[in-house]
Amino acid sequence: MMDLRELYQDIILDHGRHPRNFRKIEQATHFAHGHNPLCGDRVTVYLSLGGDRIADVAFQGRGCAISTAAASLMTEVLKGKTIDEARALFAQFHARVTGGEPGVLPEPLAEDAERLEPLTGVKAYPARVKCATLSWHALEAALQGDGGTVKTE
Amino acid sequence: MMTASRRSVCPGGFDSRQLRHEFPIFTNNPGLVFLDSGASAQKPASVIDCVADYYRTDYANVHRGVYRLSARSTELFEEAREKVRRFLNAAEASEIVFVRGATEAINLVSQSWGAAFLKAGDEVLISELEHHSNIVPWQMLRDSLGIGLVVAPIDATGGLDLAKFEALLSPSTRLVALTHIANATGALVPIETVIRLAHRQGAKVLIDGCQAAPRLPVDVQALGCDFYAFSGHKTYGPTGIGVLYGRRELLSAMPPWQGGGEMILNVTFEKTEFQDPPHRFEAGTPDISGAIGLGAAIDFIEALGRGSILEHEEALTGYGVDRLSRISGLQLLGAGQRRLGILSFDLEGVHPHDLAQVLDQHHVAVRAGHHCAQPLLESLGYPATTRASLGVYNDERDIDRLAEAIETAREMFRR
Repeated sequence: MMDLRELYQDIILDHGRHPRNFRKIEQATHFAHGHNPLCGDRVTVYLSLGGDRIADVAFQGRGCAISTAAASLMTEVLKGKTIDEARALFAQFHARVTGGEPGVLPEPLAEDAERLEPLTGVKAYPARVKCATLSWHALEAALQGDGGTVKTE
Repeated sequence: MMTASRRSVCPGGFDSRQLRHEFPIFTNNPGLVFLDSGASAQKPASVIDCVADYYRTDYANVHRGVYRLSARSTELFEEAREKVRRFLNAAEASEIVFVRGATEAINLVSQSWGAAFLKAGDEVLISELEHHSNIVPWQMLRDSLGIGLVVAPIDATGGLDLAKFEALLSPSTRLVALTHIANATGALVPIETVIRLAHRQGAKVLIDGCQAAPRLPVDVQALGCDFYAFSGHKTYGPTGIGVLYGRRELLSAMPPWQGGGEMILNVTFEKTEFQDPPHRFEAGTPDISGAIGLGAAIDFIEALGRGSILEHEEALTGYGVDRLSRISGLQLLGAGQRRLGILSFDLEGVHPHDLAQVLDQHHVAVRAGHHCAQPLLESLGYPATTRASLGVYNDERDIDRLAEAIETAREMFRR
């Protein structure tokens, strides 16, 4: 078994305790709810798009340290990105936490992907992968603009 | 921080530490503190060996072959039914129906008895303490038949509010379906009173005994309940087998719910005559090895003594309440006047999944989540909790290990 500190790195504990962009965007152009029925975690992701660029992104909800930190870090890397860039980051992150083939991102994005590295400890704990990806699934749903709820199950 | 005295012999008269040697899972997982018996109990070697020996020496299908092996298999299967009859003190073995588990038992009652005897306007009364398997089958019946589904609330202590329960009983109440012990909190329901009140109104009573069957003596005749359901795997037996007890008059009047072999007397393309209970409700080849394994689990439980197991669980539950209550920021979920075998709690500032992850690192296995009782947890104000549930192999040292690991987690996630 790996050391638990690799799962709960300081940056995860910090973002879990003090999530960034933890607020509602009143003038959101897009939003969606994410729900993990297994643990009752809920997240709402708010987006404010200017053209195809993410002008602002924030979230609210309740969840474990992993899911809260994942949502917090997500909002930090996504601000200012285009929709295509956001999707590329998600695809790469998803591959890394599920043990898929991550592929190579172009230089500026590779740096953002690096910021998400502390979350990839979940790949050793299959039950926790959904915690790390819940907010990203909600983001994708928000981009598709149906304002509904995505479930991990 | 180690605390508390160490008794060599536990309350109940058996030594859990010694008993652990009879459970191979502990030999193969040294250091394991298993506190999730409420989800499924570990199996003693006698159960595992019994199932293996049956396949090795006595296996054949039941109730059909004229050859000796089939007769032997049938005999073992029906012997297991007799053991269950004794375990519940049912009047007759024909009142014991083998099913896949308590979930299937409740679905059987809902789909057979419910569909045949309930009509729009009738009510089924359940409680806030129920887990999903004693909620969803009744919702399905409500939606198909137009019956009312009434939910008796809990009181401020987390126990069933008996006054409100009594007030909700009416001539429309045809069935009361209640848990014996709430799986999410350990609340022990005073089912003797519940059954008396329900019968006074002419309602039938189904008791979900999943958490109670492994923990305390159950006497369906003394209780006077109409149906009693439990699962083999929570009772130290195999998965895939469970029991529905039903009073004979009720089972005899109930139509079959699944059709097939085993449950028929005579079949033509025009018409089928059905078997009497219990075979009427056991279509197809049953889980023969599961039933025989459950019989072995009952032998194991009865050898320990059900009174002794109850004493053990009560003492350990009390110790757990004392020990956990001393942890700063830890809140035990209320379980009414009496709690048995289950300790469900919230640790301030630490999500149950994070807590369970840290506990796992300390080789302490607990359940984190909503315990398939979402409405109850919502009502108590928690989306999820951490739950430690006890078995015969647990002792005070396990509770101490749990408490120490919780303290570690609290430090780790301290704000």
